[in-house]
Amino acid sequence: MKYKSQKVAYWFFALCMLLFSLQIVYGFIMGFARIGFDVLHEFAPFNTARAVHTNLLVLWLLSGFMGAAYYIIPEEAQRELVSVKLAYVQLISLALVGVAAITGYHFNIWEGRKFLEIPRELDYLVVINVLLFLGIIITTLYKGKRRTTTAMVLVMGLLFAALLYLPGMIWFDSQVTDSFFRWWVVHLWVEGVWELIMGGILAFLLIKLTGVDREVIEKWLYVIVGLTFLSGILGTGHHYYYIGVNKIWIIVGGIFSALEPLAFLAMALFAVYMYRKGEKNHPNKIALFWTIGASIVSFIGAGLLGFAHTLPQTNIYTHGTLVTAMHGHYAFWGAYAMIVLAIISYSMPNMTGRKRFNNTAGHLAFWLSNIGMLGMVTAMGVAGVVQVYLERKLKMDFMVVQDEVVVHFAVMLVCATMFATGIGIYIYEFIKFGRPTDEAMEKNELGVNNDEPVKPQLVS
Amino acid sequence: MLSKSQAQAFFLGGTLVTFLIFIGLTIYSMMPSNDQTNHENITAEVIQGKHLWETNNCMGCHSIMGEGGYYAPELTKVVERKGEPVIKAILMSPVPWAPNGRKMVAYEMSEEDAEAMIEYFKWIGELDLNGFDHMVSPLAKDRMEKMKNK
Ligand code: HEM
Ligand code: HEM
Ligand SMILES: [Fe+2]
Repeated sequence: MKYKSQKVAYWFFALCMLLFSLQIVYGFIMGFARIGFDVLHEFAPFNTARAVHTNLLVLWLLSGFMGAAYYIIPEEAQRELVSVKLAYVQLISLALVGVAAITGYHFNIWEGRKFLEIPRELDYLVVINVLLFLGIIITTLYKGKRRTTTAMVLVMGLLFAALLYLPGMIWFDSQVTDSFFRWWVVHLWVEGVWELIMGGILAFLLIKLTGVDREVIEKWLYVIVGLTFLSGILGTGHHYYYIGVNKIWIIVGGIFSALEPLAFLAMALFAVYMYRKGEKNHPNKIALFWTIGASIVSFIGAGLLGFAHTLPQTNIYTHGTLVTAMHGHYAFWGAYAMIVLAIISYSMPNMTGRKRFNNTAGHLAFWLSNIGMLGMVTAMGVAGVVQVYLERKLKMDFMVVQDEVVVHFAVMLVCATMFATGIGIYIYEFIKFGRPTDEAMEKNELGVNNDEPVKPQLVS
Repeated sequence: MLSKSQAQAFFLGGTLVTFLIFIGLTIYSMMPSNDQTNHENITAEVIQGKHLWETNNCMGCHSIMGEGGYYAPELTKVVERKGEPVIKAILMSPVPWAPNGRKMVAYEMSEEDAEAMIEYFKWIGELDLNGFDHMVSPLAKDRMEKMKNK
């Protein structure tokens, strides 16, 4: 069954594509500054480029999550969205707040709080925007025919993400307390509630793509999100080791954050196992690659590379070095960027009626971006290890060490070009799909939009 | 075999228990008796310094207590490392400070603001960072020298 109001998702995904490409541009600005070509210093000095790069990342991921919710919730609740008009209002206001914030960063209007650079005045607008979004989604779910675990987990993730934004808005005189509560947003988002959003989208995709029974998938979804919170909440302590708070966090944070990879491992095993158990005849192979890919790469980027520096004995050396940047890239890419690209790849053929789901360009986009990102992360990781050794172990001067790692950033930029080419192809494909149509939404193509397993004889 | 309702109970129970412990530990580490920050030393100047730190997004390039960008030096022990006159000169300079070719933004701060910034750095420099302060302090360098000479 398909619902016409699901089409709203298309515009959120289009916003994703736009913001993602801009994010990459600012990544290149920083990369070039790092190898000595800080040519745009007057227009966008490094701190501007950094704030824009990371905020665009968060914004396009949120736009992707919202699009995903607008697509998934009607199908799960089995009714149209309560208001399509309000959803468009929400989309436009989201874009406007984003543009205002990003523009401000070029004119020294911001709050230098890593990842939360948006000025408090705009924070209130963000809150109103998100409330509107949640209002539409929750009322739809409430009025719907059924409330599935998948939908509940997804909505719970979105709701908690909104609530956790609030502690980041409190004002403190002490840098230490400020940092302490900043992590309630940043850490509890990416290693907590966003994993619920990811889990919800992943479960939805697996139900659709593998045809495995919903009950089985949703049972394991509970186990995964259970592991997430069990480890992730107290795991916040891994950011409290060395910022001027009590030593109790060294023990608590050390133990619980070391358990965090389990949730990602469970997610990877879950996806691979469901794929093998399911009937491998869904025609949308590209969506399948992104889906399984997200579960595996998130385990490597967040789970393994996170574990690599989460023990306090290691973290005292790596804290605040390029090792962190390396992990940040692969974790965000694997867990959140890839799952958003997966739901886009899955939904586009359904919304537009074009069957571009197993073509060369689509596969090329997947492999170029993934190999490019792996290369970038490797280069950054090597730079990070060199930095840790020279600066923290041999106590060499910061800038002297930075000169030593320039070569790794040159390599990183080559890989980044490959990555950007892959994303370029992905966006080209997105445009090629064209606009969503009502006819496409009505057509029940190959039965693949049903909850029932795909019947083999339907596939040519 | 695990049933769906058992899985749900695992999720809800685990979340509730760890969340309550988390709140408890937060309260514990915020207690004045556990303060490692010399909270009483946060003067109006330190607050002004923090304000300048935020409104200029210094954290976009530098790190402090290991948090921030990785483009420019860690500033936790900067007063010890560079001395007040140099820091003041950098902050008040009308041209970008770029001793190694990597440019900092020229902030052209007033003398008053530059002094507030220094007060803020001094307060940060005295935090008990559970050992990380030694990792980034010049004192650590001295220790390394001694170890080499032995
Ligand atoms: C998808 C999930 C994750 C994402 C998106 C993510 C992203 C990030 C980012 C962006 C940072 C830098 C934060 C900053 O310095 O402001 C960071 C830091 C860190 N992450 Fe993760 N992470 C994830 C999961 C994990 C997991 C599962 C672990 C542990 C097993 C972990 C361990 C760490 C540690 C220890 C730091 C602090 C590094 C330092 O001291 O400089 N992360 N993460
Ligand atoms: C062409 C591609 C890209 C380039 C050249 C690039 C480059 C950079 C650079 C130079 C930094 C700043 C590190 C520093 O402070 O010195 C950075 C930060 C960051 N980038 Fe990228 N980036 C790219 C793509 C991405 C993508 C696709 C993602 C997410 C999926 C991402 C996520 C991040 C994050 C989370 C940070 C903050 C890391 C931290 O503070 O630990 N970047 N990027
Ligand atoms: Fe974390």
